[in-house]
Amino acid sequence: MNEANGVSRREFLCAVAGCTAAAAGSCVDVTHTPFFRERLRELTPDELGAIVARLADSYRERYGRDFEIGTEPAQDGVEFAYALDLSRCVGCRRCVHACVEENNQSRDPEVQWIRVLQMDKHKGIDFAHATPYYDPETVPEPGHFYVPVACQQCRNPPCVKSCPTGATWQEEDGITVIDYEWCIGCRCCISACPYGARRFNWADPAVPDEELNTRTHVLGNRPRPRGVVEKCTFCIHRVRQGLYPACVEACPTGSRKFGNLLDPTSEIRYVLEHKRVFVLKAELNTLPRFYYFYGT
Amino acid sequence: MEGYVTRRTTGPLRSLAVLWVCLLSSPGCDVGAVHENDAVSTGFEWPSSAQLDADFHVPRPPLSDETFPCSDCHDPEIPVNRQRRELQMAHTEIQLRHAEWGRWCLDCHDAGDRDQLRLASGERVPFEESYRLCGQCHGDKLRDWRIGVHGRRTGSWSGEKSYLLCVHCHDSHDPAFKPIEPMPGPRPPRRTP
Repeated sequence: MNEANGVSRREFLCAVAGCTAAAAGSCVDVTHTPFFRERLRELTPDELGAIVARLADSYRERYGRDFEIGTEPAQDGVEFAYALDLSRCVGCRRCVHACVEENNQSRDPEVQWIRVLQMDKHKGIDFAHATPYYDPETVPEPGHFYVPVACQQCRNPPCVKSCPTGATWQEEDGITVIDYEWCIGCRCCISACPYGARRFNWADPAVPDEELNTRTHVLGNRPRPRGVVEKCTFCIHRVRQGLYPACVEACPTGSRKFGNLLDPTSEIRYVLEHKRVFVLKAELNTLPRFYYFYGT
Repeated sequence: MEGYVTRRTTGPLRSLAVLWVCLLSSPGCDVGAVHENDAVSTGFEWPSSAQLDADFHVPRPPLSDETFPCSDCHDPEIPVNRQRRELQMAHTEIQLRHAEWGRWCLDCHDAGDRDQLRLASGERVPFEESYRLCGQCHGDKLRDWRIGVHGRRTGSWSGEKSYLLCVHCHDSHDPAFKPIEPMPGPRPPRRTP
């Protein structure tokens, strides 16, 4: 902000708006409009409420549905982490499609936050020879294993560092989120992410009206405009209400584990303390909160 | 190694303790008891068995009304034929592929009360607690399942959770996980000709 000048962005805009309004003879508070507002994390609860109400109105107008847009902040004493059991994942992609439906991802053009990579057992974890396009009659295919990759929710996220507008940041509970109105679509974060976890809306996202999930969070799965980046948020609208992410509940093999890293009795802590655990591309020092383990 | 989390504190002492406890208390390796005999401190607070059993909700076992209660057909008046044989009259669809070389129906199904299962100790357990039967051999899986690491959990990460029984995912007579049809993959990027 422009505190150095003694005038914040908001005060400046208010002043401009005030002059304009005075000139026009009407009173319009532009600081709450999508274009002029502050980042979501900088708003007071009242301002956030006003923004969300406005958003709900625009969604009602556009989709003809009432959206529930949550604004739950991070809970104290909670740091989320995820663990995925590579010895059990069969690569069936149930998680991918549960995620698409839960998070209102565009069907066409296709946007999928989770990508399941098929790898060769002889090669081990080898991204150069992995493919997401496998299509056999049944999975798992002999000689292969499967590595689902989505946002790794890094403690040291390169995407956040690369964002020129501060439109993406890490919340207190470890979830990296995006402010869709502040995103200018430059895609620096996409090139910065070593896991290929971020997706860009090249066209208007298309979701059939009857498949829209109207339970949303302002930092998560609410409908996105064209030209912004989106990514996995651990189903922020669910986990901040105490629920498991959709992919955890969809996995038929129970490979996906989720919980609070700060709770010593959580299953995630048990996994970290008792199983063989690793993270992807550890050498990059991104310090992911997404762990892979061998449950057997 | 930077970035790796490998806090494995299990050791030979722990394995011995587990083995000892399993031998002593065969009906379902007791998780709580393992901790008391565990000399290696992991900093992890093991919930007691009772606490664990109270904490989770297990859905009804996948028994159909056609086959359960078993005593509808298995009349206690009929003498029990303990002979190992190929079944002709009923249950012909069951193909035992689960340590079949050393096992027979009545090792797990109680001959005296057909509506219950039977542990190696002779203790009868209802179908709702079939995990105790499975846990006699698969003690490590039972331990992980109780904690929530083996098998799917649904519900709340911070509160009430639901488990599935072993038999919801594994056919007890043929427990290996069967291959399934994958859902459609992503569309490959279009190549310009």
